[in-house]
Amino acid sequence: MGTGTGIGRVRGLGSAKSGAHHWWLQRVTAAGNLLLVLWFVVSLLRLPLMDHKVVYLWLASPLNAVLLILMVINTFWHFRLGLQVVLEDYQHDQTKILGLILLNFYAIGGGALAIFSILKIAFGGVPA
Amino acid sequence: MSRNPGRPLSPHLTIWKWGPHMAVSILHRATGSALAIIGGIGFVWWLVALASGPEAYATFLKVATSPIGWIVAIGLSWSFFQHMFSGIRHLLLDTGAGYELKTNRAWAIATMVGSTVVTALVWAPIIARH
Repeated sequence: MGTGTGIGRVRGLGSAKSGAHHWWLQRVTAAGNLLLVLWFVVSLLRLPLMDHKVVYLWLASPLNAVLLILMVINTFWHFRLGLQVVLEDYQHDQTKILGLILLNFYAIGGGALAIFSILKIAFGGVPA
Repeated sequence: MSRNPGRPLSPHLTIWKWGPHMAVSILHRATGSALAIIGGIGFVWWLVALASGPEAYATFLKVATSPIGWIVAIGLSWSFFQHMFSGIRHLLLDTGAGYELKTNRAWAIATMVGSTVVTALVWAPIIARH
């Protein structure tokens, strides 16, 4: 700091020391969501959702399984960033810290459960 | 991190006249939070039930097709389209466009009209079949 270029002098300054990366990832995951969730919504509308076997076989296909895993990672990451901002705006003191820890548990735990379920279907073969 | 309650807060919600731009802003947060929490839990439940077998899936369907299940599903689909259109608006605003008062107002209204119209188009044939 103090020498170098203009950008070099301001990098890492400001009260939070970071933030642009969070902001940018929110946008990148938003763009990804636009494609992946629209694909998922159209798929849901075309599937006979009441029929377990048909939905199961749909998800067992490699293309659908991979797209859905990507959607889980992208959406859960996106809401993990978004709910962080909501918490930071309305919660202060210890409740904010507790809220952020619970948010991480929820996003990572829920995402793991979703991805494992997809993999179980994709690797499990056709049900009897 | 403690706040001095003796200090004044910025007089936002209690002072300004409500407009579409404010409504769309808080709707973006509300729909995003609803999708993350209610939508997230429902989506994970759907996948876990699907992976667990026909009986678990039948239990999920029983709840999902109950009257409350229908209301939640329609609400979540509207939330998704509102959040999507509002999100596209945010990406456009990020380029520096759309801050003129009339344009900003028109885009804000467009997200709400768009989400309601698309939600109706999605559900009309499904409801007609039942």
